[in-house]
This record gives sequence, C-alpha cells and structure tokens, in this order.
Amino acid sequence: MNETRIQLMLCGGEGCSAAGSEKVKTALSDEIKKHGLENDIEIIIEECNGFCAIGPVMTVQPEGVFYQEITPEDAAELIEEHLINGHPVERLLYKEPASEDGIPELDNIPFFKPQVFRVMRNKGLIDPEIIDEYIARDGYFGAAKALTEMTPEQIVDEMLESGLRGRGGAGFPTGLKWKFAMGAKSDEKYVLCNADEGDPGAFMDRTVLESDPHAVLEGMIIAAKAINSHKGYIYCRSEYPLAIKRLTIAINQANDYGLLGKDILGSGFDFDIEIYQGAGAFVCGEETALMRSIEGKRGMPRPRPPFPANQGLWEKPTILNNVETLANVAQIILKGGAWYASIGTNTSKGTKVFALSGDITNIGLVEVPMGTSLRTIVYDIGGGIPNKRKFKAVQLGGPSGGCVPEAYLDTPVDYEEIAKVGAIMGSGGAIVMDDRTCMVDMARYFMDFIQDESCGKCTPCREGTKRILTILENICEGKGKPGDIEELEEITHVVGQSALCGLGQTASNPVLATLRYFRDEYEAHIYRKECPARTCIALLKFEVDPEKCKKCGACFKGCPAEAITWKKKEVAFIDRNKCIKCMSCYANCRFGAIM
Amino acid sequence: MENCSHPVHPDIESDMWEKIDQVIEKWKGIPGSLITVLRESQSVVGYLPGTLLKYVSKELNLPISQVFGVATFYSFFSLKPKGRHTIRICTGTACYVKGSKELMLSAYNKYGIEEGDTTEHRRFSLECVRCLGACGLAPVMIVDKDIHGDMTSQKVVDVLEECR
Repeated sequence: MNETRIQLMLCGGEGCSAAGSEKVKTALSDEIKKHGLENDIEIIIEECNGFCAIGPVMTVQPEGVFYQEITPEDAAELIEEHLINGHPVERLLYKEPASEDGIPELDNIPFFKPQVFRVMRNKGLIDPEIIDEYIARDGYFGAAKALTEMTPEQIVDEMLESGLRGRGGAGFPTGLKWKFAMGAKSDEKYVLCNADEGDPGAFMDRTVLESDPHAVLEGMIIAAKAINSHKGYIYCRSEYPLAIKRLTIAINQANDYGLLGKDILGSGFDFDIEIYQGAGAFVCGEETALMRSIEGKRGMPRPRPPFPANQGLWEKPTILNNVETLANVAQIILKGGAWYASIGTNTSKGTKVFALSGDITNIGLVEVPMGTSLRTIVYDIGGGIPNKRKFKAVQLGGPSGGCVPEAYLDTPVDYEEIAKVGAIMGSGGAIVMDDRTCMVDMARYFMDFIQDESCGKCTPCREGTKRILTILENICEGKGKPGDIEELEEITHVVGQSALCGLGQTASNPVLATLRYFRDEYEAHIYRKECPARTCIALLKFEVDPEKCKKCGACFKGCPAEAITWKKKEVAFIDRNKCIKCMSCYANCRFGAIM
Repeated sequence: MENCSHPVHPDIESDMWEKIDQVIEKWKGIPGSLITVLRESQSVVGYLPGTLLKYVSKELNLPISQVFGVATFYSFFSLKPKGRHTIRICTGTACYVKGSKELMLSAYNKYGIEEGDTTEHRRFSLECVRCLGACGLAPVMIVDKDIHGDMTSQKVVDVLEECR
C-alpha cells in the first residue's frame, strides 16, 4: 500500500460508473500530475458507496469530506481549492434539502447519520481485491481466534449470545442452526453460503460480495470450525459476474496466505471453499433446492424433516447461511456476542442492510440498527418521494413479502414487528412506491414472477399460483367480476397452508397484503372498471381531462400513431380509433390530464 | 478425438466440438458437474441444441431425461437459437415500478417481438431478467454486456437501432 497523505475515494459502483466516474478519475489524475502531487494524493476507486442517487460521489480521506455529482470539469477546482489551498468546494458538497446548506462531513449527512456500518464496515475503505487491506482492518483476526483459541462449543455459544438471526429473510437463529449441525454425527459436513440473491429489488448481497468478499470467507471458516466441516460452497448467481470474479480472487489470495486449505494458521484445521454458479432459478434460494442444484440436479425443494443440519448436501449434515449473515460472524467472534447484541430490539439484534429503490430520492444501500423505524429509512435516509408525489407503500421482502402503507410506517425494523403488519423482514429489498403505482397490478406482477418461478413439484403452488394469477390478470384487464376477491382469499389461504416449501407458502403474501390495505383498489377495478393509479391499460379511457390539460402539446408530440390532435392554446383530443394504447401520452403528460 | 465421432449439427462446427470435448473431459466423473458442463457448452455454441444434449448425456453417462430436465429447468439455458445481440430488459420490482412494462411495449411496437422472441435474421433476442441488482439505475436494459440505465420508451428504440 502507498503511504500517501491524502486519498480520494471515488465511487466506482454501478450507479456512479454510469454517471461517469471513470472520466472524473482521468480528469483528477491529470490535475494531480499537473501539480506534481502524485506522491501526496492517491485516487482509489471504491466499491458502491451506497448513495447512488447523487453520483459520481467522492470522499476525501482522512478528512471525510464528501462530494457529490462531480464532473470532469470540476477536477481542477477540487485539486486547487481543496487539496492545495485547503478550502472544500462548497458547491459540490451534499446539500441539506431543507436549508440548502452544504454539509462537508460524510457522517453528518442525513443519508448516513442514522446508519451504523457493521456488515458494510469496509465498504469503500478497502480494495476488495487486495487481502492485505482486509487484514489491516482486523480481517481474519476472528477466524484466527476461532481456530486457535476456541472450541466449537464456545463459537456456538458466542453466536447464540449475539442473537444473530438469518438475514436471508426467515430469521432463524444462526447459532441454533450451527448447534444442530455441530451435534450431527458424520464423517463429512458442509458449509454453504447462499449468494443466490434472487429477490427482485434486492442487491445487498451483491454489494457485500463485491466490496468485502473476505468477510464472507472468514465467516465460513468460523462456521466450518464450529461444525467441523472441511468443505464449503458459495452458491452465487451467474447474473453477478463481478461478485464471482472478486470471490475467486479472494479465495486464491486466502489460499496463498494459508487462510484456506490445509492446516490453516498452523491450527491443524483444513477447509476449502469452492464457488458454484447458479443457472437462474429463483427457487434455488430455498435451502433444500439449492443443495439439489449443487448436486447438479433440477433445483426442487424436498420436504423437511430431515433438516439439512442432519441431511443436507449429498445427504450429509450441512449448514446454509446467507451472505449478510456470514459477513457479521467474524466481528461477533472478535468483539463478542454481547457487543453484537448491544444494539437492536428484544428479539432482533444488530443491524440490517436494505436496498432502497423505486420511487425514492436517495436510491442506494443502507444499513440501520434493528429498531429503526421504516419512516426514518424512507424519509430521513431515503429523502422521501421525488417529484412531489405522495408515498403509497413500501414493499419489503420481495415476492414473499408484503407492502407497508403510510399508516404503519412507524413500524420498527424487527422480524416480529414487521410480520405483524403483514410484510416480512425478507432479505432486505425495500421498494418504495408512489401514488402512481397500482397495487392490483403490483400483486399481479409478483404472482407472475412466482408462477413463473414455481418449480412445479407440488400441486398447491403450481396450480394455485396459476389460478391466482389468472384472476388478477382478469381484474387488471377489466374482466373482474363479483366474487373474485373472495376467491382470491380462499386460494391464497389454501396455497399458504399446503405448499411444500417456503416459496409456495409465502407466495400469496403480496396478494394478502395488498388486499389488506388496498381492498378499495381491487373494488374499483372490479365494480367500477377503474384503475385509480392509471396503470392498467385496459381500464384507461384515453381521454383528455379538459380541466387538467395545460394545452402544452407534450402528448401530441410524443404520439407515434398520430392519434392526437392539438393546436396551440387548445385542449388536446385523442382519436380513439387511431390510438394504439402505447401509453406514451401518459408518460409525457406532466399534469395527469389523460384519463 | 476424431471428428467423425461427433453428431452432425449445422450450428456446431468442428472446433466447437473440440472445445465441448475439453469441457466434458475436465468435468467427467465429478459429482454435480452437469450444470457446469451445460453452462460451458452453451457458451461455446450459443445455445443448447437437442443434438448437443444427447451428446452430453452419452458422454457423461447420465440419462437424457436428467440432462433435458436440468436444461429446461434453469432459465440460463436456452434450447432455441439466439440473436447476434441479446437484449435483456430488467423486470425486477424497482425497474417494474419505474416502467419496464413500457420498455417492453416499446420494443413490441417497433419490432413486433415479445419476451423470448428473436427478430428475423437473428438480429437480436429479447429477454426479461429478474433483477440485476442495478436498481439505482432503474429501469435498466442490458445489451449484450452493456448496462443502459434510466431507460425510456424512446431510448429503447435508439439503443436497439444501433444493434446490427
């Protein structure tokens, strides 16, 4: 590592790259060369900073001054004013939305202030492809402690004390899972990492794998020691090529350093990790299905018991933990279960990472202590809803979860509390929806997803989801009839009670949650043939509301079918014989005047 | 291996068969390797023709039902030929909320293709993908390996027109 005085941590995540961080890097390094400061200032491309909405972003370390929306043209001013003259460039600082005052320090920005970084503690601070940088941040100290000083029982006790629960969504206590596998007698055992992050709208695990892969490996080593396993697999989606690349590099480096392989750190303990690429099946996130997939078969779940802790991969005792869960393990071992349990609620300890997206100002990854309210996440961290729209609901837990409306936004992040309002903690996808989102269409969307991804093994899921989808499609197409809602309620109940695996049992959740909070929208579709959010094409009239029309002609200019007539200072008119219902007028009208 | 031992298929040339044999050689006998063999074979040919599935079944000594079962179970595998460019529109929740339905509609209006279709002369194939984890850029469209964020109906057409 270079010992430069100042480091510019420029974000090279997906969002900032698309916003041009590569060009900013070139411009900055040109300026640094121009002033002959190569030995003093170093540019480091960091992993996703999480604040994707205002990219490209950059933090000046060690001061911690945070800049947003940097362009290549800003490079000269940044180098001269801030780094030579010592005055931060005010106009590029993050602005407090209310007062428009610039906030120089990262830690004081509302987006970051309520956050606590444990899982993401190394995000942006280390180069994920260099193991030394991870070690410099106490990396592998937890594994060393577990391997050389602790018995499996002590490790499990520490995990139990921490209160860590599975971050994949179901929230099973991690220590307990390990305890079962520790007690299972077998010549071979396996440690699996579930990196098959299939929930649409969730990208927490991807970011952890890409920004801090060693944390996951270290968690697996500790788990292996606890249950006495010598072989681990990381089951990673093939849609995440960068994560796979970083993991491969990390595994190779750990092998070179003697942190994986034979006789790790002279402790006499052997452990190897292999990456197994998924091939695109959502159901493989289910533990028994994932194990079948590693065996090279169709990823179909099987009934439990026997539980994987006794009979898992190749019928041997196996534990499967999610990426985020494993990323917590090393710190628990190093700092103690009591330290971990010091934040959180009664039943949910530590922090949870959420991928905040949808109709929200600050899209990005956030890590909050358990107990933080959803309102804090949406409004303080997320910055609320853009374009002066109204908040409608936040969808948690993807296709197995549910939506939380405004009235329940004060619900804290806690496994039990979130379940009470009809959603689930889930793996961390949090999609915010504004008033233009049709909740019936949303339920249809999730059912379409589930129906497509149902493996077909058990009848309730295969046939039930198909039937639910048909009813929802009919409703969205204006063919809903009285009795549909009642039938939905009945089928969702039956599927939930009788499906084989978690995917099927929770498949109805999005329907149940929308029915619970937005029943009026279902009724509007069925009885009045109206879509209040104006999303369902079949229920739209394609007429111009003369009261709302501002006569701007935006609809006319965007119509590909020449179905709209408009003259200056006149209300537009849509010829429904020519209209192809392409929705371009809806998209172009900024006044909501198309009915 | 001699070329004459390979079945005949118009889309699989002899150098492709050689690569496939190397893949099979590497993984043969390793438990659970079928998915990996299919993945690597598909990357050689571009898709998985029935002839190839039969060949893999014979070489790995697995029932054809199992090979076919796995190839049709996972969305990564395709038994149909693909276009020169693969267009993938993300239909993850964030992209959906931000209008990926309209992007699909735009592709349909312009080229008459829906999900899973390939245009005439195999110019491009249109696929849906369930969340790429690039939700910050929603709605997202991927052309081969390039991610295009903040897409609109018009931008879809602009980008697709570039694909020849």
